[in-house]
Amino acid sequence: MKIKIIYCIILLLCSTNTIMYAQSEKPKKISHDFELELEGEYRYFYNDALFEGQKDHFPALAIRPEYNAKWNDGYESINVKGFFRLDIDDKRTHWDIRELYYQKAKNNWEFNLGLKKVYWGVAESNHLVDIINQTDAVETFDGEEKLGQPMAQLTWITKKFGTFDFFYLPYHRKRTFSGKKGRLRFPVVIDKDDLGYESSAKEWRQDVAFRWKYYFDIVDIGFSHFYGTGREPLFVFDATGNINAFYPIIHQTGLDLQITHDAFLWKLEAIYRNADAQDFFAMVAGLEYTFSNIDRNGLDIGVLGEYLYDERDELALNALQNDIFFGSRIAFNDTQDTSVLIGGITDLEAGSTIFSLEASRRFGSSWTAQIEARIFNKIDDNELILSNFRKDSFFKISIAKYF
Amino acid sequence: MRTLILVGIAIVSFAALTAQNAKDRGVQIAKAADQADQGFNSSIVNLKMTLKNKNGQTSKRLLMTKTLEQTTDGDKSLIVFNSPKDVKGTSTLTFTHKIGADDQWLFLPSIKRVKRISSNNKSGPFVGSEFAYEDLSSQEVEKYSYKFLEEKGNLLIVEQDPVDPKSGYTRRIVTYNKDKRYRIKKVEFYDRKNSLLKTLTYGDYKLYKGKFWRALTLHMVNHQSNKETLLKFSDYNFEANLVDEDFTQVALKRAGQ
Repeated sequence: MKIKIIYCIILLLCSTNTIMYAQSEKPKKISHDFELELEGEYRYFYNDALFEGQKDHFPALAIRPEYNAKWNDGYESINVKGFFRLDIDDKRTHWDIRELYYQKAKNNWEFNLGLKKVYWGVAESNHLVDIINQTDAVETFDGEEKLGQPMAQLTWITKKFGTFDFFYLPYHRKRTFSGKKGRLRFPVVIDKDDLGYESSAKEWRQDVAFRWKYYFDIVDIGFSHFYGTGREPLFVFDATGNINAFYPIIHQTGLDLQITHDAFLWKLEAIYRNADAQDFFAMVAGLEYTFSNIDRNGLDIGVLGEYLYDERDELALNALQNDIFFGSRIAFNDTQDTSVLIGGITDLEAGSTIFSLEASRRFGSSWTAQIEARIFNKIDDNELILSNFRKDSFFKISIAKYF
Repeated sequence: MRTLILVGIAIVSFAALTAQNAKDRGVQIAKAADQADQGFNSSIVNLKMTLKNKNGQTSKRLLMTKTLEQTTDGDKSLIVFNSPKDVKGTSTLTFTHKIGADDQWLFLPSIKRVKRISSNNKSGPFVGSEFAYEDLSSQEVEKYSYKFLEEKGNLLIVEQDPVDPKSGYTRRIVTYNKDKRYRIKKVEFYDRKNSLLKTLTYGDYKLYKGKFWRALTLHMVNHQSNKETLLKFSDYNFEANLVDEDFTQVALKRAGQ
């Protein structure tokens, strides 16, 4: 409910600004752009469900409308992106305002106000440093879909010392978990309202973040700090075996580094997170190498390898505590932009492995098709989180039309 | 005998001299063409790319390119895709260097990620077209060695050999028009086996600011695959007065959002 108040405030701010512009004497050219994406999706889980009520077949629909207005030669804009998903799982049926923000750029400054998405980081298998937005956990398994985050963002670009980003984050958004019919869940269905906050201000705790991004020669480096309510809930088990889950107040310092040398990309992401109930270190380090244009016809084959470490061990929500990721990205560079990403993450101790496949191709000028598969293989029963998903291998096909 | 040696020396040195002359003249022409284009400062242009396969089926892409001239190093450029719609907003930022590898970043609008990418892949096709990345990057004098071939009326023909071993070509044969501020008329590309691969023809030249010739049509024909790509430029804007801040990772995200 309160999130709606924020939307209203932002809308109001945006519209006042537009009105001010309309009244200024110099005529301004405003360009409008509206796009719509409709997507049909089918997920099939081929193993019998582990928990009662879980379904095998999940047909679904998604709508993604997008609008932007630009003026002042593109230095000012309003950007809107909506999202609606209809699914068999009532928790996966959800809508969101992914983006609704006003932006103004002037000289070496940029200012953003509203709901926005911000991405930090360099690694492929795990996105540790990326903390501004809450994950839309029911939408995809890889965690790359995010909820719109209310923010005021000020960016300052310097010629010699890189770029400085300051974030004011006035509202926290909770993560949604799968419903009773949904897969990829725990035995107990977690309602997001069951999870509380460490902060007495609850979702209205006023959070801040900072990031410095610098580049010289072949090195790209980012350093960030976040102070506020964490995006990941913390699960604490008391003596009687009850689970107490809540969103803690955290300090998180992050480092991301990439060295781009010839066809090699060397990558490192590391975080240190500190809360009253928990503090830990986690990192992902690896490389990407691309054999380009091997057939003299545009075929690129990339090889990826990353090592993942998380000090939380088995309590790491994403179960990537001491794992190796290996994969290959194949791009045909044809007119249909056909590409395939195959890979796997394997636990170095227990041997639990998740294989994945993502492939996409365009048809005509406004259709795309995607195939995705996640196969849970030899998941160790002792894996606290992952063992719940051991029967949740799935195939997904989706077809999208762009208007 | 001595005469013979002298004649021999004379022939060898004459040949060496002509080789040196051909090299010098080639460099001169490339520099003259480069100088003729200096001072444009910055430009913005829309681009329609039509890809045609050997059966005549076509597909289209719409792009916008911003360029910022640099004097001491290679130019900076920002390319934004507007169509096909599934890749709308995908953008690249490139800092060309006269010597060494270019710096390049890719913006992926779906996850808002900026990724530094390797500029190693010079010979690969740009978005499935017959243009390789190296064909579209900023043409710097330092990137080739030169050999003047011949003069035909107002046309000067120069062979250019790429310095970078990662180039997909052994040589390019470039035809300049010396009466039109050394604008390029045609480029022929020879593959690594030294057989003719592609021909690029520049057409619909228009003069901007009374100084800068810009071809509004670029037609690339691949003789080996029989595929073609046509580039049509429109709405050239040389008055935008772009600055360094328009070519940053922040500007890259802004362009593709």
